[in-house]
Amino acid sequence: FSPSPLRKSNRRIEKILVANRGEIACRITRTAKRLGIRTVAVYSDADTHSLHVKSADEAVRIGPPPARSSYLNASSIIEAAIRTGAQAIHPGYGFLSESAEFAQLCEDEGFTFIGPPASAIRDMGDKSASKRIMGAAGVPLVPGYHGEEQDIDLMKSEADKIGYPILIKPTHGGGGKGMRIVQSQNEFVDSFLGAQREAAASFGINTILLEKYITQPRHIEVQVFGDKHGNILHLYERDCSVQRRHQKIIEEAPAPNVLNDFRSHVGHAAVSAAKAVGYHNAGTVEFIVDTSSGQFYFMEMNTRLQVEHPVTEMIIGQDLVEWQIRVANGEPLPMNQSQVPLSGHAFEARIYAENVPKGFLPATGVLHHYRPVPISSTVRIETGVEQGDTVSMHYDPMIAKLVVWGENRAAALVKLKDCLSKFQVAGLPTNIKFLSRLANHQAFENGEVETHFIEHFRDDLFFDPSNPELAQEAHNAATFSAFMVAACICEKEHRSLKERPPGGLSVWYAHPPFRVHHRARHTMELEWVNENDSSGSKLLTLSITCQPHGNYHIETGESNSPGLEVQVTQLGDRDFRVEADGVSMDVSLAVFFKDRNKHIHIWHGSHHHCFKQKMGLELSDDDETQHKPTFDTASHPPGTMVAPMAGLVVKVLVKNGTKVEEGQPILVLEAMKMEHVVKAPTAGCIDGLQVAAGQQVSDSSVLFHVKDE
Amino acid sequence: WIQNPNFIESLLLHTRRHFCLGVLPDILDRTSESFSLNSKAMDALISDLQSHINKVMAGGGAVAVKRNRSRNKLLPRERIDRLLDPGSSFLELSQLAGHELYDEPLPSAGIITGIGPVHGRLCMFVANDPTVKGGTYYPITVKKHLRAQEIAAQCNLPCIYLVDSGGAFLPKQADVFPDKDNFGRIFYNQAVMSAEGIPQIALVLGSCTAGGAYIPAMADESVMVKGNGTIFLAGPPLVKAATGEEVSAEDLGGATVHCKTSGVSDYFAQDELHGLAIGRNIIKNMHSAGNRGMINGLQNIISDYKEPLYDVKELRSIAPTDLKQPFDIRSVIARIVDGSEFDEFKKLYGTTLVTGFARILGQPVGILGNNGILFNESALKGAHFIELCTQRNIPLVFLQNITGFMVGSKSEANGIAKSGAKMVMAVSCAKVPKVTVIVGGSFGAGNYAMCGRAYSPNFLFFWPNARISVMGGPQAAGVLSQIEKGNMKKQGIQWTKEEEEKFKAKVVEAYDKESSAYYSTARLWDDGIIDPADTRKIVGLCLSASMNRAPETTKYGVFRM
Repeated sequence: FSPSPLRKSNRRIEKILVANRGEIACRITRTAKRLGIRTVAVYSDADTHSLHVKSADEAVRIGPPPARSSYLNASSIIEAAIRTGAQAIHPGYGFLSESAEFAQLCEDEGFTFIGPPASAIRDMGDKSASKRIMGAAGVPLVPGYHGEEQDIDLMKSEADKIGYPILIKPTHGGGGKGMRIVQSQNEFVDSFLGAQREAAASFGINTILLEKYITQPRHIEVQVFGDKHGNILHLYERDCSVQRRHQKIIEEAPAPNVLNDFRSHVGHAAVSAAKAVGYHNAGTVEFIVDTSSGQFYFMEMNTRLQVEHPVTEMIIGQDLVEWQIRVANGEPLPMNQSQVPLSGHAFEARIYAENVPKGFLPATGVLHHYRPVPISSTVRIETGVEQGDTVSMHYDPMIAKLVVWGENRAAALVKLKDCLSKFQVAGLPTNIKFLSRLANHQAFENGEVETHFIEHFRDDLFFDPSNPELAQEAHNAATFSAFMVAACICEKEHRSLKERPPGGLSVWYAHPPFRVHHRARHTMELEWVNENDSSGSKLLTLSITCQPHGNYHIETGESNSPGLEVQVTQLGDRDFRVEADGVSMDVSLAVFFKDRNKHIHIWHGSHHHCFKQKMGLELSDDDETQHKPTFDTASHPPGTMVAPMAGLVVKVLVKNGTKVEEGQPILVLEAMKMEHVVKAPTAGCIDGLQVAAGQQVSDSSVLFHVKDE
Repeated sequence: WIQNPNFIESLLLHTRRHFCLGVLPDILDRTSESFSLNSKAMDALISDLQSHINKVMAGGGAVAVKRNRSRNKLLPRERIDRLLDPGSSFLELSQLAGHELYDEPLPSAGIITGIGPVHGRLCMFVANDPTVKGGTYYPITVKKHLRAQEIAAQCNLPCIYLVDSGGAFLPKQADVFPDKDNFGRIFYNQAVMSAEGIPQIALVLGSCTAGGAYIPAMADESVMVKGNGTIFLAGPPLVKAATGEEVSAEDLGGATVHCKTSGVSDYFAQDELHGLAIGRNIIKNMHSAGNRGMINGLQNIISDYKEPLYDVKELRSIAPTDLKQPFDIRSVIARIVDGSEFDEFKKLYGTTLVTGFARILGQPVGILGNNGILFNESALKGAHFIELCTQRNIPLVFLQNITGFMVGSKSEANGIAKSGAKMVMAVSCAKVPKVTVIVGGSFGAGNYAMCGRAYSPNFLFFWPNARISVMGGPQAAGVLSQIEKGNMKKQGIQWTKEEEEKFKAKVVEAYDKESSAYYSTARLWDDGIIDPADTRKIVGLCLSASMNRAPETTKYGVFRM
């Protein structure tokens, strides 16, 4: 028995297979459920217990963790659709969403592909081809070279013609992967080769294009939507200028500081672009806006639903996934251009597992504590993880998207800041604090966004540990948090002992603990983990005295610091109300064990601090193996280079014994499909280099030493 | 129906009647002159006490404490705090032992002892204070150590020795070394307790020299801290003198030697905190050992007990400084027992001794409190009540405020000595936990009948105002001056009135000094001077610790009938 090849009938979609994972899979499933459509999830072995698997009606395993064997494995996915009897396949974003071959395969196998026609994907997928089409359709283009001839000397002379700075970009793919900016002639060759390599690794095609690099650009993109009856709408623009490593972190809609004239102008250009490729379903036309001239140029079209689609949904009050399904069903668009509402302002902040001070390197780890802010009609959380889940190195390290809406930009921003300060993640490093600093920046508040925003305001956005004033301020804030931690931990301990006295000795666990003619006092050693400054971790020794009425008097070991009287009321397992110095506030605590340490995170007001408490029994009995740090940079001799992240060595550029300059590239690591060049920390001679291309290295493992000569 | 006022009224009435049965009334006259005088006097006593306490809490002084810290060592009370369950209570004993006993101060006798829970197991802690004379043993140090062991043996409490001591204080070796209740008794007790299944744990956190070396060696399990802990029979200087061998302390008797080679110690600790954590773990791993008595201890306890109806702080306003002024012991009982509920036994008979049943922090108790001189009837009532409690395995609490048994021909003819003996017999043989608190006077045989120190109560405490002596100062002065006068007369010397008064004053002064709570507590005649307001709490903790063993059957001797 083989299923009928005529799966695709005129029947409406009743069951969708979501060929994706994480938050977008959950997002699609949610809308499908609301429409009464059954869902099928697919998962790799790494995702067996993931939220997207649990939330779907059915789930099918499609392969081992690496994406190319699972989420990029088109035949497994089709097979899953056949097995479960789904009529349609939604590709989400990333993975196979912009694979024309996959779209075609779906259609060939009789499934409805919830996305644009394969031809449009193909046209837009090739950057050079798409620019030709756009140019012909009258859409403005950035000056550049989009030729097929890829000879390096020709490319270099083309680059010289356009003038530096120049942007090097793979013709296929997106998300900033493989992109490089070349500031001057002599950097060109290295960057070009690197981009080629990365493009080959990520997309399998290594053609490169060149473009004029606009120094003060804004990234503005327009959401377009088309049905199968030739109607195409634009749903206003989004500003996605604020980026790091060429990837967006805060998006908003509509774009700030933009005139209505520009809005309709850019919207029409986007519609023209979509029409030129016979588009239907959801798409985004990206433009680069030169802030000095106000001129916009077509960059590329993303032929899928984008990560940041929720900000558009928030301002037009529509569900774009629902539109996708309806369009796929052959329905016409529910409104015409003049009927598209525009209400208020929305922000999206992408919360990533990443190491901000290490240059936003992707991080991995366990979400030991995960408590996003509560959702409401104006606050959306798009997430695909739960507390206890692992952010693995196999996939994108995004934890959640925080989407807020306000009546205007200022109101939305207030909400964004509040939500960021209350968004609780612990167990792995995140960019939440950075996002918060970004959202609080004056220039951001003024809407003065551009793609170099982060670089431009580097000094304001990144904590400078060498600034004594800031360091002192940070230290004071951490000390105050440590006081709160100490009081809350004591209260929690006392309460649990009082409720369940060990050995039934209830009279010995009364609160406050009894002492003869003095007060119970104990010491708590908390190591403040300074996220901004890995060398700045500091041990805080707190002395806690139990006061007669159950308050705690807390002091630090420092002689000049005054003590603080703290009163704690425990509200829940992790929530407390703390009164200190006449001010009472909400405090949340997360406590978990990791690496033989007790980790304590605290959130109060706009503060979040992390402390480590050493457990007495972590030490083993063996004399010799004690206190041997694992791979701490501090413990290595100077000149040692450790891996900044876990990853794959793609290229080793030098040999042992090579004389190098400071900052000279030594090897290239790849993780999360991003290349990272490891450079020589000092000038000298390379020694102890043992890694080779193709080798997997763990985070903080020693890569090589640079010896002085 | 809940809106019906009549129903609520009847409910309240019912409740009130139900609870009224044994509830002691509030008889304290807070407006009286004596109330304010007593309060004022007690406040002065307590602030004096607190200043003495503050001094001993500082240990051997700032310099010694600093030196101790520089060796990465904690102070003894801090060590105990780290071993105790977080947030648990600690009953420290005899804080003022050694007070003004020697020419030099010896804060807390150089050793901290007390009871507290570790992983839900009550333990006796014995911690040397290295900041006080290097943790060496003075005679009173030995006495305090032995007293802690005595309590541990009596209450079946595992012992944790936090060793950091230079051994016997050599200049006083004659009073430290040779006698029965001297240094050697420490190890004897360890052996005997270990034989009885009472765990003996030593944490070697500092030096442990000569005789002290036997504390870890005699322990069931011992821990040594690298660098700080040393165990040897003779230190490097003595070794050099004796054999010429030159060796460092660490190589001679450090943790590595004893954990790896000699086997004198069992657990190797990287540092003090590690050592203390291992100590906690040892207690955790004891499991059933010594658990025999727990079941009994638990069966009577209700964890949801009521607080007294009246402010416990008012206990500071009850006892008069003039011991001749009587006060109703019921006002003390009312502030010690749960819900102020006290069911009196034989209320109308032998009224100078108040007896009855109550609960303290949930633990049922029989209470005996003095309300005046002990008469025949009072003594008989006391003996009867003690018999009742021992039959039912109810612990006894004695509240002493006793000038003695009634004297005089009528009393003697009535056989007061016989009646007193019955009560003494009952007290001596009673195999239930006993806790004595001296809240006023404790004179003469009254002290015996009311379970004085010689009757081995599990615990005995003093209020700051309390006095103890064979008789009152003026009475003794009267007796002695009469004898002296007789002697003088024999020699034909005429004693002037003035000389006699001077003689009497001297006796009174000596009695005054020797009967004070400080004199007592310095010599370990008690387990500490307590704030009256802490009485309920401390007695409760003592009872809890005392119930940590299986009940025993009481067998009495021959009662003279």
